[in-house]
Amino acid sequence: MLDGLILLITTVLKIVAIILPLLISVAYLTLAERKVIGSMQVRIGPNRVGWKGLGQPFADLFKLLTKEVIVPTNASRFLFLTAPVLSLAPAFAAWAVIPFTGDLVLADVNAGLLYVLAMTSIGVYGVIIAGWASNSKYAFLGAMRSAAQIVSYEIAMSFALVGVLMVAGSLNLGDIVRAQEGGIFHWFLIPLFPLAIVYFISGVAETNRAPFDVAEGESEIVAGFHVDYSGMAFAVFFLAEYANMIMISVLAVVMFLGGWLSPVSFIPDGIHWFFIKTSLMLFFFLWFRATFPRYRYDQIMRLGWKVFIPITIVWIAVVGFAIYFDIGPWFDIRSGVTG
Amino acid sequence: MTSQLSKYVKSLTLWELLKGMSLTGRYFISPGITIQYPEEKTPQSHRFRGLHALRRYPNGEERCIACKLCEAVCPALAITIDSEQREDGTRRTTRYDIDLFKCIFCGFCEEACPVDSIVETRIFEYHFENRGEQIMTKDKLLAIGDKYETQIAADRAADSAFR
Repeated sequence: MLDGLILLITTVLKIVAIILPLLISVAYLTLAERKVIGSMQVRIGPNRVGWKGLGQPFADLFKLLTKEVIVPTNASRFLFLTAPVLSLAPAFAAWAVIPFTGDLVLADVNAGLLYVLAMTSIGVYGVIIAGWASNSKYAFLGAMRSAAQIVSYEIAMSFALVGVLMVAGSLNLGDIVRAQEGGIFHWFLIPLFPLAIVYFISGVAETNRAPFDVAEGESEIVAGFHVDYSGMAFAVFFLAEYANMIMISVLAVVMFLGGWLSPVSFIPDGIHWFFIKTSLMLFFFLWFRATFPRYRYDQIMRLGWKVFIPITIVWIAVVGFAIYFDIGPWFDIRSGVTG
Repeated sequence: MTSQLSKYVKSLTLWELLKGMSLTGRYFISPGITIQYPEEKTPQSHRFRGLHALRRYPNGEERCIACKLCEAVCPALAITIDSEQREDGTRRTTRYDIDLFKCIFCGFCEEACPVDSIVETRIFEYHFENRGEQIMTKDKLLAIGDKYETQIAADRAADSAFR
């Protein structure tokens, strides 16, 4: 009984230790986004609140907190208010299995990869329910687009990850990172380069970020599925989007960039590598947004179904072939595992 | 056939996308050109056309002789002038209003003025808090002229060679 209580308290403390820094990262990611995009458009970005604009996320937060949450008359009230939570909770829950270093992980689950895929897929329910419960044309259109897009890219993304688990021989995220030990040339980025690219682009599409942001489509359906949300309910969607961005970046780091491993052998491994690589991936998200115009809807579907899925299938075949015949410097790690 | 092939290669290597990203990347590292407005300001020409002012001669007499050339030339019909004969026999305005909501700051009034009375100053930061404040009356215009006379005179002197 007492042991159970202690376990519960320590677990809750661990969860808080993950969620709090994550929330602060999300807050500052919004600032970083505005700064980076500003800089790419030869602007400055927010610089008035606090030193160099560092107080801006909190100014935004307090503004949203003090605003009224409006529930449309014809909306389904319960679902309308549940939807933001449904989209935020999976984005946080997926963090349970992320290995920050070899032993710094909340839950060392054997099927960690499956858990992460399941959690990121649940996020789409938040979007669909939000769009449906708002009882508005634009919100519903946005939700439909978003759902179709997320479901399509989920497949390409999962296929890309199949390549990773074939080479790593494990579904445990920690083991996947450990399989990439030995410097930058052992990271899965190199043998699985096409899959890494497909994974990351699908990740951008999964999170509904530019250039795949038709779900929000500011110029056509105003804000898509969250057009009727205001105040804190809107902020939660915002939070979920950015938390998902961080999640996709972290997964890319774990799967393809060697997690906490150092790129060169003479510099020690550590959690700082994990953060540096994640920041780099997040920078790409912002870079994409500043560079590319929005895809047309049919182009998105074409890219997902007719380009990415064939590419991943071909490369999975190539990887399977290489593993079976022990070809190349990367695939010989398999020998002895399956016997 | 080869063009089709090169098209495939180009799209599979994400060539166009990388080119776009290199452009934004270059701008990302290039130094900013933003001017932090309230603290920093762009340089102004001495011909800047901002808020209006009515000037006086050094002896304190107002320059305006109510010839109404400015009223006539004003394309926005922003100027309204009433005049009378003063006790000393000179023609003076009793009312000189400029409606700043109508004014387009073209500077024609300044050019039309035979005595350099109505001028446009370098002031461009001003606001109105109540309805009606946008009407610049004679008193207000003369006050601006008195306050900024050194600047106004210096600007006219700098531009005199081109007149």
